[in-house]
Amino acid sequence: MALPNIGGLASAGPDEILRPVRPWFIVATFAVAFVGNLLPLSGVALALKPDFVALLLLYWCIQEPRYVGVGIAWWIGLLMDVGDGTLFGQHALAYAFLAYAAEYFRRRVLRFPPWQQAAQVAVLLGLTSALVLLVRFVGGAPVPRWTYAVPPAVGALLWPVLTAAIQSWQRPQPSKSAL
Amino acid sequence: MRHISIEPPAFFHRGPAPITRLAFFGLISIALLFVDTRYHYLEGIRRVVAVALYPLQRAAQLPGELLGDIAVYFASLRSLTEENTTLKRQLVERASAAQGFAAAQQENARLRTLIDLGSRYPAGATAVEVLYSSRDPFAQRLYVGKGVDAELHPGEAVIDADGVVGQVTRVFPSMAEVTLVTDKDQAVPVKVQRSGVRSVLYGSGAGRAPELRFMAPSADIQAGDVLVTSGLDGTYPPGLAVAKVATVDRETGQMFARITCTPLAGVDRSEHLLVLAKSTATPPRPEEPAESDAAKRPGKGRRKGAGTP
Repeated sequence: MALPNIGGLASAGPDEILRPVRPWFIVATFAVAFVGNLLPLSGVALALKPDFVALLLLYWCIQEPRYVGVGIAWWIGLLMDVGDGTLFGQHALAYAFLAYAAEYFRRRVLRFPPWQQAAQVAVLLGLTSALVLLVRFVGGAPVPRWTYAVPPAVGALLWPVLTAAIQSWQRPQPSKSAL
Repeated sequence: MRHISIEPPAFFHRGPAPITRLAFFGLISIALLFVDTRYHYLEGIRRVVAVALYPLQRAAQLPGELLGDIAVYFASLRSLTEENTTLKRQLVERASAAQGFAAAQQENARLRTLIDLGSRYPAGATAVEVLYSSRDPFAQRLYVGKGVDAELHPGEAVIDADGVVGQVTRVFPSMAEVTLVTDKDQAVPVKVQRSGVRSVLYGSGAGRAPELRFMAPSADIQAGDVLVTSGLDGTYPPGLAVAKVATVDRETGQMFARITCTPLAGVDRSEHLLVLAKSTATPPRPEEPAESDAAKRPGKGRRKGAGTP
């Protein structure tokens, strides 16, 4: 089952050929995801906010493993550690793990339609936040509230939307000189 | 791959295997985590990277500011009038208290000069606005919109109209991080306003009430007592309201009473805060007590928040 094709915003079918992605496009999407993560939210919105950077990282690690891998993920994690004011290495470790898991599972994940991919993404994002939890427990952090489990689920729900949005950029434009 | 590759397939030069890379970067991360938790060597690097991230941070604040502007534009005359009336009433209510306080402060200063003690009141204050609360679910922090530019320093007390909110813990070029009194690593030296009993208020993390620990079951504390800062740590000036005692559980058989408190300040609601500059006339700290003395006071002096940071 694919998303309903509204205004060309849909993920690519298995028979469709997309334009190759350019490195600057990956960088631009990460800048947008960073802004999303740094949004000054409080209360319910903060409890719901998924980790956009982790989600995007997972996307590029699955779709473009030649450009984005464990190393890039680690550096992005360090940036996120500064942005969030968390312990140095916390996000870096989590993102490196996420990139590795994505590399390991990518051939499997890509075989499924977006909504079924989302379920597997939920597991990967959940494992990543469990890793963060473990790291913070060792550092003596208190048990977080149950809302800690919400952002990975929201992130997984956003996966089909993210896939559709990015792939609609990569879809070849109909050439005007064709007729 | 579902697209046409513009490069020849990279079958051979792909560097080390992913698991090797994960092990390498994982080990570096763990080393960094260890260094950052135990020692605070990395604050300089953090500050440099924070400057690089600043444009993105500003960009992230734009939508919120825009929404705020729109909300102000559409605020009804009626709600503004109501707010104005409330504020005027509060101003009058507090004016009498403030005048009494000014007189008492003068008298106190005179008396302290007589007995040759330095001033204990803060040197000045800076009004700041809360930007957002921390995205780290394990910590109770918030970020305010002034930093080095307004000469804020780590360790300064932060209050709102009702009481102590926390203390400044990190300062960035135009932003500062405030750790709230509800954070697990925060401790505020307090005394009970009614009876003068001294204690330390420990934060317990998100969603949990701060506690007074290590208080004997016979201590003179009742539910409803107001706790004010005792000023013993040199971080918080004395006499600021901190919390109200919510429950006192004197279970027989326990060595200590279990006392939970509710912060008086709107630690997660206030939008406008006041950062109190540190009094310059803090007396020098005494020599570290001998080991036998330290053993008598369990828990104290081991926490990050209690002493001078």
